[in-house]
Amino acid sequence: MAEVEETLKRIQTHKGVIGTIVVNAEGIPIRTTLDNSTTVQYAGLLHQLTMKARSTVRDLDPQNDLTFLRIRPKKHEIMVAPDKEYLLIVIQNPSE
Amino acid sequence: MSTFFSQTNMLLMSVWSCFFGQDEEDGTEMGEGDEWMQGKTLIKPLDQLDLTEAELKEEFTRILTANNPHAPQNIVRYSFKERSYKPISSVDQLAVHFVLEGNLLHQDSDEARRQRAKQGLPEGRYDFQSTHAAGGEDAGDVEEGGGEERADSVESKAGKKEQKITNQFNFSERASQTLNNPLRERGCQTEPPPRANFSATANQWEIYDVYLEVLQKQEKNKEKAKAVPKKDDDKGKKKMMLVETQSDDITKVAKVAKIIERMVNQNTFDDIAQDFKYFEDASDEYREQEGTLLPLWKFQYDKAKRLSVTALCWNESYKDLFAVGLGSYDFTKQGRGMLVFYSLKNSTFPEYIYPTTSGILCLDIHKHLPYLVAVGFYDGCVAVYNLKEETLQPIYKSTAKSGKHTDPVWQVKWQKDDMDNNHNFFSVSSDGRVVSWTLVKNELVFTDIIKLSLAGAVSEGPEGVQLPIMACGTSFDFHKQIDYLFLVGTEEGKIHKCSKAYSSQFLETYNAHNMAVDAVKWNHFHTKVFISCSSDWTVKIWDHTIKTPMFTFDLNASVGDVAWSPYSSTVFAAVTTDGKVHTFDLSINKYEAICQQPVVAKKKTKLTHIEFNPVYPIIIVGDDRGYVTSLKLSPNLRKKPKEKKGQELPKGPEVEIAKMEKLLSLLREPENSNA
Repeated sequence: MAEVEETLKRIQTHKGVIGTIVVNAEGIPIRTTLDNSTTVQYAGLLHQLTMKARSTVRDLDPQNDLTFLRIRPKKHEIMVAPDKEYLLIVIQNPSE
Repeated sequence: MSTFFSQTNMLLMSVWSCFFGQDEEDGTEMGEGDEWMQGKTLIKPLDQLDLTEAELKEEFTRILTANNPHAPQNIVRYSFKERSYKPISSVDQLAVHFVLEGNLLHQDSDEARRQRAKQGLPEGRYDFQSTHAAGGEDAGDVEEGGGEERADSVESKAGKKEQKITNQFNFSERASQTLNNPLRERGCQTEPPPRANFSATANQWEIYDVYLEVLQKQEKNKEKAKAVPKKDDDKGKKKMMLVETQSDDITKVAKVAKIIERMVNQNTFDDIAQDFKYFEDASDEYREQEGTLLPLWKFQYDKAKRLSVTALCWNESYKDLFAVGLGSYDFTKQGRGMLVFYSLKNSTFPEYIYPTTSGILCLDIHKHLPYLVAVGFYDGCVAVYNLKEETLQPIYKSTAKSGKHTDPVWQVKWQKDDMDNNHNFFSVSSDGRVVSWTLVKNELVFTDIIKLSLAGAVSEGPEGVQLPIMACGTSFDFHKQIDYLFLVGTEEGKIHKCSKAYSSQFLETYNAHNMAVDAVKWNHFHTKVFISCSSDWTVKIWDHTIKTPMFTFDLNASVGDVAWSPYSSTVFAAVTTDGKVHTFDLSINKYEAICQQPVVAKKKTKLTHIEFNPVYPIIIVGDDRGYVTSLKLSPNLRKKPKEKKGQELPKGPEVEIAKMEKLLSLLREPENSNA
């Protein structure tokens, strides 16, 4: 339990990381370091995108599964790692 | 009403007519308009006729007559008598305003009689009503008509039953009502069945998942049916799983968090990762014989800052994972130690951390079972850790009773499983014993393999004392192919070639160095060659059949460690206490290093260990501050032997062996051939 907390803390304090969000299976954010409205927005949109991406990957080969998803907009990079029940979203500024 | 309009009303009239169109011709009377028009503002419309004063004052007369204004006034009829049209003198002036057809019949008229005949039968029953109706119909002859009717009805009933004497108050004719079935409204409302909305998708992978679940259930059932007791020997070929904890809310994110951490690190150290994978120093083409080391990641752990790196080991199965043993070489500063595992994918934080009570001096990871790690401590204990276990304690630890060493353990090495399929490893220590430890069920069983005595095979004994004085073993290495053959380096600077079979005698002894032998390693390819390094600043290469070294290199500083490269039989690297890494390639340059590079920032840090990665062209170097630096070897350092054009490049160790052999044969020739 503490290990995971530590890991999350390390990620949050890593260089360039702007925010982290943990989202549960229904798309509701359960832990976040950003403000409420941004969190809700990110959670909702990325949840759908991840579901779609995962569906795509598994449709192509059912034995495969999505490990993570990276989206690189111009400003920051959004990284999403899905799990069976959870979704971890991290926004980082990679150039720093 | 006024038939004369006053002049003042004229204006109002015109206004009014404009509101309502051409009402003036109709002659509507507006006598009362005056009063309620006062509330309205008088607006003169634009198209009103402008009349002069005189015209306004003109009086108009209106006369009321009884003539029908719609009746024509000049109807003309053709008269045949006079053969001309003649106007009719009088025109009908009757104007009909409203007509309503009635539905009353005279009772004596034909129609009435006809209707009465139709109603003849039911007339008797509707006695009560008919009398009223009759009374209503005959406005004039009430009694007569009524009498007639009654007489009729009485006559019609004479043929029937006698009339019942009915109750005037609550009589109800049942008979008449049986024709109409009683209407009863019966309603029933049931509870609606519980409903739930269900929606799902049926993709290929969902179907696959379901099948997989069913399959797993089937297998579970099969296993239960078999009821075979599970052996402990399920260590075989299991992959290392990430530690999974209880089902707490946040712990399930553990795996994902790990992935994310690695990704974040990858982003931060993106250029390093790219270098690691793709960078090849182009300038090596211009430097004929020299190469460089490109610094990559630097690994450090906060809590290990005061400790020195005392052991490094790559994992054979997971090529990006390596173990670092932390402790202290300083005799006076003995404290705790740590066993830390890093992955190249995450350079900021270790994957596994095991704190220990005593400093670690050596470690080894089992070749086939990547989760078993053997560790030797400064206090003489040896321990085995299982990475799959969640606890931070080793699964086996030697104690004073079970034959632990009395001096620091300098080297441990895993061996092949013995005949009972138990894992075992060897350790060498300063107390002069080489001990073999076997993992039998729950304990470590030790067997002394050999005791290093000063009075060994070589007759020595400057003291002339018969007591076997123990030499201190500081390093050993097992031969890659010949199982029983191994080398031990001692603190006195000797290297003994021993066999597992002979416990008291050495096969051979080499007077290698003047100071303690820090490392001795067999060549990966050539079966006869080994290398040794010592604090006496030298690195020596030997052929084990010959007592004198083949090559000797003086490195100007105490050499901490030396390692052969896994890809070439003539390349090796050494680290010295002045912070430099010396890389040699004997096929290119037999006398000098092809690369001598300082790798640490501060000059005072001493490099303690070096290891080559079995797959990637990188080396890791540990120093006495607890840092591990990874460096990439430039292409010049990784040269493979070139074959003549047209011939295929021969792969495999034979080439390497041949290469080495060629070198050695040069040396074995009498001295004159040596330059």
